[in-house]
Amino acid sequence: MSFALRAENLGKSFTLHLQGGVTLPVLQALELTVAPGECVALSGPSGAGKSTLMRCLYGNYGAGSGRILIRHHDASVDLATADARLVREVRRDTLGYVSQFLRVIPRVPAIEIVAEPLMARGVARDAALARAEALLTRLNLPARLHHLPPATFSGGEQQRVNLARGFAPGYPVLLLDEPTASLDAANREVVIGLIAEAKARGAAIVGIFHDAEVRDRVADRLFDVAPLHEAA
Amino acid sequence: MTSAAAKPSPPSGGRGLGEGGAQGAYAHDTGYNFAYLDESTKRMIRRAILKGVAIPGHQVPFGSREMPLPYGWGTGGIQVTASILGPSDVLKVIDQGADDTTNAVSIRAFFRRVAGVATTERTAEATVIQTRHRIPERQLTEGQILVYQVPMPEPLFRLEARVAETKRMHALADYGLMHVKLYEDIARHGHIATSYNYPVMVDGRYLMSPSPIPAFDNPKMDRMPALQLFGAGREKRIYAVPPYTAVRSLDFEDHPFRPIRAPHACALCGSRESYLDEVITDDRGGKIFVCSDTDYCTERQATKAAAE
Amino acid sequence: MSPLLSARGLELRFGRIAALDGVDLDIWPGEVVAIVGESGSGKTTLLRVLSGLAAPDAGSVIFDGQDVLGMNEAARRHLMRTQWGFVHQNPRDGLRMGVSAGGNIGERLMATGARHYGNIRAAAADWLRRVEIDPERLDALPRTFSGGMQQRLQIARTLVTHPRLVFMDEPTGGLDVSVQARLLDLIRALVAELGLSVLLVTHDIAAARLLAHRILVMRHGQVVEQGLTDRVLDDPQHPYTQLLVTSVLAA
Repeated sequence: MSFALRAENLGKSFTLHLQGGVTLPVLQALELTVAPGECVALSGPSGAGKSTLMRCLYGNYGAGSGRILIRHHDASVDLATADARLVREVRRDTLGYVSQFLRVIPRVPAIEIVAEPLMARGVARDAALARAEALLTRLNLPARLHHLPPATFSGGEQQRVNLARGFAPGYPVLLLDEPTASLDAANREVVIGLIAEAKARGAAIVGIFHDAEVRDRVADRLFDVAPLHEAA
Repeated sequence: MTSAAAKPSPPSGGRGLGEGGAQGAYAHDTGYNFAYLDESTKRMIRRAILKGVAIPGHQVPFGSREMPLPYGWGTGGIQVTASILGPSDVLKVIDQGADDTTNAVSIRAFFRRVAGVATTERTAEATVIQTRHRIPERQLTEGQILVYQVPMPEPLFRLEARVAETKRMHALADYGLMHVKLYEDIARHGHIATSYNYPVMVDGRYLMSPSPIPAFDNPKMDRMPALQLFGAGREKRIYAVPPYTAVRSLDFEDHPFRPIRAPHACALCGSRESYLDEVITDDRGGKIFVCSDTDYCTERQATKAAAE
Repeated sequence: MSPLLSARGLELRFGRIAALDGVDLDIWPGEVVAIVGESGSGKTTLLRVLSGLAAPDAGSVIFDGQDVLGMNEAARRHLMRTQWGFVHQNPRDGLRMGVSAGGNIGERLMATGARHYGNIRAAAADWLRRVEIDPERLDALPRTFSGGMQQRLQIARTLVTHPRLVFMDEPTGGLDVSVQARLLDLIRALVAELGLSVLLVTHDIAAARLLAHRILVMRHGQVVEQGLTDRVLDDPQHPYTQLLVTSVLAA
């Protein structure tokens, strides 16, 4: 079976050494397979572990048990065990992540932030900047902001920079954490369009969509993340 | 310094009274060993000299002795001279180019007394020339040895205060810092402002202080047929440049080394090639330029007089 | 591809204190590795051993196929002024305070054979621009510079010969917070542009997050945790790392 991303028997818990070593289990024996061109929306109450799962899938949180397989350059890589360099390479070429908030890098203009992952993949600077410009324009970020560092931007403006950065490289696998949370209706439409295009070119997408309308329009299916204490 | 004051003596060529040519060997004062130093000290110094010759430009430590004159008066040069002098040698001593200054006269008298060797003011006649601050204008030959008095043998002395570190820099030929100094000169003054004691690379390997000779004299060191020995008494170092060894003054491609001399002719002999001293002639600002090398100047004046 | 620098089994004791206790480390080409930990955790000792400034009791350090610890002084110094760079916490340790900015930058060029004054000067002016110092200050002495400028000058002086591996010891240590941000950003941009490998020693978690691809957490001479920067900082496993990370958040 062909998959782009697959979690097998994934478990994750947090041990809080500073609070007497208490262990909080969040994910257990989770199985998730996402095919190319498919968009899976994570559902479940808040606190159930949706964001934890997303972060595990990105390699930001280490997996406690199980495997996280990703199709990377026609090979299968287990993010749970891959070393830091391989995870970076997967993130550069295969796996994108749009978080809820832009992590602002001081003094770097918006357009450079968007173009940076393109250049990291070897796209020429001019072409990368042109693509960044086009995406920011499509996301209705005023042109006068393109060459300013986003530190002083509004939440919605920062989120659009973040989205442009996530969509610019055309990753085969894309993780979206509340991509439309702080956007107005027009920009929500733009994001829905971007997701549809990504799916059309074969990208596998896993998302957390609080907005039911957006979720219904982009998701092919829901994946329920249930809180462990209820499941148990 | 003293030479400048002594210089404008009668332009008739009558300088160096009674000492014009080589003076015959004196009977040496038998109260002293030949050339003052005892034989084992001379052997020790000769070993240092041989090592110096074997490693051109490398500073060799030696057991510098107390000499009957103060540091700064050429105790290093004197010990080198004493160690290489034989009874048949003819010694010339110059200070700033002149044979008749206090320092030169004293050292010459010293060796006449303790070694009984012949002395001369004529560069051509000398087999050993001890010098402070100059190289004679006349090209030296294979049969001659030039002994320099050196106050500070370490060329990196002002740039790197730690002696151990300067040794490491020499050992590793790590001389970027010396070029930094020259860079700073050009940045500040528009040209390399070092006009004496101008650093040289010996045989492409060791950075060396040429002693405080004018930069004008640096080119004379390069591939000189005579053996060049350097003695630093207070700093207890000996180094050497064997005959026909490459000696290159440090510079930049776009700021090449240029030997500088005052743009005048010598007031006594008319030379436009020699290194000149500026001499004040009165208290109204009057001054003339004359050759710093008195033997060279005297010889030219004599040739001119003979031709007329 | 193989690691640019590779250390195995480093041990170093000062009396009864283990400064390095079985440390292994690889730095790959183009990789920025941060060593974090509190004062006395052994991180500066590790930096000194990796750069050949101190000898360990046991272990090996290989740079690009060469045995750093077995290397003679000449070879090590050659590395230091060609393929390596060292940025000190205190700019006074890395600059010649009595030499102009241009002379400071030019020194490494001259040490590696540059002999054209005009070219050296042009390269120095270019590097002043790159570290955001007015090239008009080319002939000024570093002591007339602010602390942040001195540190930027030190970086220019280090990077002018395009080293492959740069050791940085608390490069933002003595600076005001506002000045730190600018310096960090400058380092980040230059490192990316030149594709440098960097070993960064810092106790500043934010600096490590901004600059480093990978983090090693040191305590009592041991690497207690290491990995991808964001994973170590966002999902710390070791009690000491959790303490380090939460102390920063609380501050």
